[in-house]
Amino acid sequence: MADAFIYDHVRTPRGRGKADGSLHEVSTLGLATGALKSLRDRSELDTHLVDDVVMGCVDPIGEAGSCVPRIAALTAGYGDHVPGIQINRFCASGLDAVNFAAAQVMSGQHDMTVGGGVESMSRVGIGSSGGAWAMDPVAAIPTYFMPQGISADLMATKYGFSRDDVDAYAVESQKRAAAAWSEGRFKNSVVPVKDINGITLLDRDEHMRPETNMQSLASLKPAFTIIGEQAGFDSVAIQKHPEVETINHVHHAGNSSGIVDGAAAVLIGSAEAGNKAGLKPRAKIRAFANIGSEPAIMLTGPVDVTKKVLKKAGMNIEDIDLFEVNEAFASVVLRFLQAFNVDHAKVNVNGGAIALGHPLGATGAMLVGTVVDELERTGKQTALVTLCIGAGMGTATIIERI
Amino acid sequence: MNLKNFRFETDSDGIALLTWDMAGRAMNVINPDVIAELGEVIDKVASDASIKGCVVTSGKDTFSAGADLTMLEKGASDYAKALKERGEEAAMRLFVDNAGALSRTYRKLETSGKPWAAAINGTCLGGGFELTLACHYRVMSDSEKARVGLPEIKVGLFPGAGGTQRIPRLMQTGDALQMLFKGEQIRPAAALKMNLVHAVAPAGDIVAKAKEWIKAGGKGVAPWDEKNFKLPSGKVFSPTGMMTWPAANALYRRETMDNYPAAKAILHCVFEGLQLPMDQALKVEARWFAKILRSPEAAAMIRSLFLSMGELNKGARRPKNVPPTNLRKIGVIGAGFMGAGIAYVTAQAGMDVVLIDRDQASADKGKEYSNKLISSQIMKGRAKSADRDALLGRINATEDYTALKGCDLVIEAVFEDRGVKAEATKKAEAVVGPNVVFASNTSTLPITSLSENHPRPENFIGIHFFSPVERMMLVEIIKGKGTGDRALATALDYVRAIKKTPIVVNDTRGFYANRCVGNYIREAHLMLVEGVPAAMIENAAKMAGMPVGPLALNDEVGVDLGWKIVEATKKDLGQGAVDPAQEKVLRTLVVEKGRNGRKNGKGFYDYPEKGQGQKRLWPGLADLAERKLDPETIDIEELKQRFLVVQAVEAARTFAEGVVTDPREADVGSILGFGFAPYTGGTLSYIDGMGVGNFVLLCDKLAKKYGDRFSPPGLLIDMAKSHETFYGRAAAQAKAA
Repeated sequence: MADAFIYDHVRTPRGRGKADGSLHEVSTLGLATGALKSLRDRSELDTHLVDDVVMGCVDPIGEAGSCVPRIAALTAGYGDHVPGIQINRFCASGLDAVNFAAAQVMSGQHDMTVGGGVESMSRVGIGSSGGAWAMDPVAAIPTYFMPQGISADLMATKYGFSRDDVDAYAVESQKRAAAAWSEGRFKNSVVPVKDINGITLLDRDEHMRPETNMQSLASLKPAFTIIGEQAGFDSVAIQKHPEVETINHVHHAGNSSGIVDGAAAVLIGSAEAGNKAGLKPRAKIRAFANIGSEPAIMLTGPVDVTKKVLKKAGMNIEDIDLFEVNEAFASVVLRFLQAFNVDHAKVNVNGGAIALGHPLGATGAMLVGTVVDELERTGKQTALVTLCIGAGMGTATIIERI
Repeated sequence: MNLKNFRFETDSDGIALLTWDMAGRAMNVINPDVIAELGEVIDKVASDASIKGCVVTSGKDTFSAGADLTMLEKGASDYAKALKERGEEAAMRLFVDNAGALSRTYRKLETSGKPWAAAINGTCLGGGFELTLACHYRVMSDSEKARVGLPEIKVGLFPGAGGTQRIPRLMQTGDALQMLFKGEQIRPAAALKMNLVHAVAPAGDIVAKAKEWIKAGGKGVAPWDEKNFKLPSGKVFSPTGMMTWPAANALYRRETMDNYPAAKAILHCVFEGLQLPMDQALKVEARWFAKILRSPEAAAMIRSLFLSMGELNKGARRPKNVPPTNLRKIGVIGAGFMGAGIAYVTAQAGMDVVLIDRDQASADKGKEYSNKLISSQIMKGRAKSADRDALLGRINATEDYTALKGCDLVIEAVFEDRGVKAEATKKAEAVVGPNVVFASNTSTLPITSLSENHPRPENFIGIHFFSPVERMMLVEIIKGKGTGDRALATALDYVRAIKKTPIVVNDTRGFYANRCVGNYIREAHLMLVEGVPAAMIENAAKMAGMPVGPLALNDEVGVDLGWKIVEATKKDLGQGAVDPAQEKVLRTLVVEKGRNGRKNGKGFYDYPEKGQGQKRLWPGLADLAERKLDPETIDIEELKQRFLVVQAVEAARTFAEGVVTDPREADVGSILGFGFAPYTGGTLSYIDGMGVGNFVLLCDKLAKKYGDRFSPPGLLIDMAKSHETFYGRAAAQAKAA
């Protein structure tokens, strides 16, 4: 099996995912095209070497529909010969795109690939691609479907995280993200999004609220109380986890991931392909894994998949120097810390999606980039990236610095 | 056409009138003959050029109560025959085909090309209402008694003749689902507002109005067969659909705990059907309908909640040799919570009531309860103030026993104390004489011993109401050793008059219902000691189909009462008769912690002041556990099973002991009396449903693991050996007699 190396990576800044967000005027295709162009331009990549572009996109409908990566490869000028494929594993799509791209290289069928993702949540609303799971009684009833926010609140209830616990976690995420920006830790990977005249639209993650504190969060009402109580979802949660008496609704916009727009691209290739391109590998993809977990509570996948990938790689949790655990909701990361008893100082050291936002299809690829940069900055060796996923799944990837 | 169930005539305008009027029946019901004749009429109207259209109405007071449920038996026997002769898939094809026969007839009517109008003159339910839904126009009588509705869900079925397709094409999906789930009977004004009928008119005008609609050029095309038809809520996969379906699926689970396949089938039919054109949608509905018709839940619910309950309500257990009792005036002694409720339901049934307590103030307080209940009915628009005047006028609250003179029945509902009961019995008997039937509403004291206070035990009987009387539909009638046929007939006539359902049981400690309920609550106590989290206990019971968790129920009836019963049992039957673990739980709560239940704001739950939030389980319950169990290791299905089995096995014991003698009474009594998981059909249907042999195996397994309280009685072991069922035995006995 060939080794798959990471040669470079870029991401857009994350624009607030609303009509007044700085990236709202940029289409899904525009975001993806921009990321691919930047990846090529800064490493002076000969795109003739690229065999495939794999990108995650969670609501591939409307402007994001019908295989946006192929069209983006064309509009980015990669050439007619570069195909593209869009994949969707909900929130981990970006990481799975990296893994798929790596797998193509590892299998020896492709030599150089791009893995990445794109989501314009301000233009293509979350959930707008529909789907059977929540809707069709055939699927929703036996799997105890509930919206993720209820699942997150169930996790907090079941594993004993109070409102103060999740709020304190959120405050820390904001603090770390603000520090990361002020120290320039993202400068190697964030490429500004510009307009047709070369004017910068956004060069900085704009969802952050560094001034957040416990008092400001305390004023926010739990976001999922009403649908939990009135639409029956609390009862669904309790029937699946009957040791719970009532659901403690603790999550709100301030301790959940932000809705944002963005794209990311990671260049992956074999050693030989890197040589041909005249590039130096920055990191190696050591192992990755996918898993299904209990779909109703939905968000415990990172724990299960981390166990699985560690076992596969023959490693222990202590062997990992840095973790990126996607901050879909504060309780997801708190559960990860609790389950492995890992030090928060090793996890999401530059903040996470609570502060920076979670552009669904792109986030996984962004986390790969963030952690590669951080390994290089700190001289540490090994990192693990993992995300919780809709319908109860987990994806994890172990990365080693070269 | 040679019609036996309909009259068919065409007027000078060329408009036909089809009057449904089945000979020898009080109500029109749908049976295979009706379906066949209707098919003939549809063909006739469609093919006869001189007929412009057809109005359908009923020749009875009511329109139709729907399908004859006995029709279902034929479907089952046809299937069995086809299975033998032609194999499984062919048999199933036949069954689905039969299940869709009515629906296809209605669709034929709807698409016949001629306009059809329904004149709904009275109650119009189920398949009857579905007939009118297939008509292109519906006018409903404005009479006080007229109702439309689709009540199939109440017996474990769903409207399978187009109801699940036409209703959500008439109104918003959410409203349609609610209507189909609730199965309520809908009054004319509401029906009009809900778009279920096109017009409401005086009864005498509805046929004329229906004809007018046809004459004015009413089209014989349903809205959903028009090219530009739009669903009221738009497409299923749309932002509106996203607002509706995830919540609908969740609310289904909240309301049913996923125990009711018919309710789930409604979701399937509507979800799938709204994505299809009508003809295919009706086929999908028929597939689900066939599946539900064959479900054990439907069979059990139809038997217990429709057939058996109907038979018991009509006096199945009444001695036939006693002429009907004329009940005009009833004495109720004791104006406490039970007595006050009994007075209310009795006066509501039009009987005069003498409500007696030891002093006038107490008697008045009991009567005030009726005032409170009827006033709240008035507030809800369900009664008029004249009803209140009449009701209160029928209740004579007094401390004077001589007012009992002329009573046709006296019911005693005084404090559960032998001395107090003896005194009340004697004082009443002294006024009304020994020939008037005297009933005691006791829940604990054996009737035979109480009857010793009466000069003629044959006229003494137990009438055990459940609390709150006005809401609980079951009445346990307890025969003492000496109770005679006239007393039994009188009690049954009385229960029928107050429109409740009676079961007749023989005299033992706890009778029937309370023995099962006692087991239910004890099982929860023992689970607490085992280390099952309290929330899991309550949730498991509710998920098994019980209406109230056992710990919440114990709080309602009083934890201290449970302690008293344990103490009394110990005194009467010795230490061996009580479970030491249960004793520990009750002693801790009542004696050590003073947690008596809801009444003092703390029991298994903590009860906050009104408006201060919901009750929460008392955290101290965790300390009752012998060891702490990890919830992930607890088998929730086994907890659910334990709750049902421990009640069902007690029901079987009462049957073995001759306390309950008729499986219909055990089943109906368990559902109405203590809410035993209705989808099972009741305690004994639960056993029959899984097979007595399997039930015995399950009991043995649980007995080994958890104790002798699960050991099956000899009767069950014998039945298992001979492959009998409770209903099979009852049928054999009825045949022999």
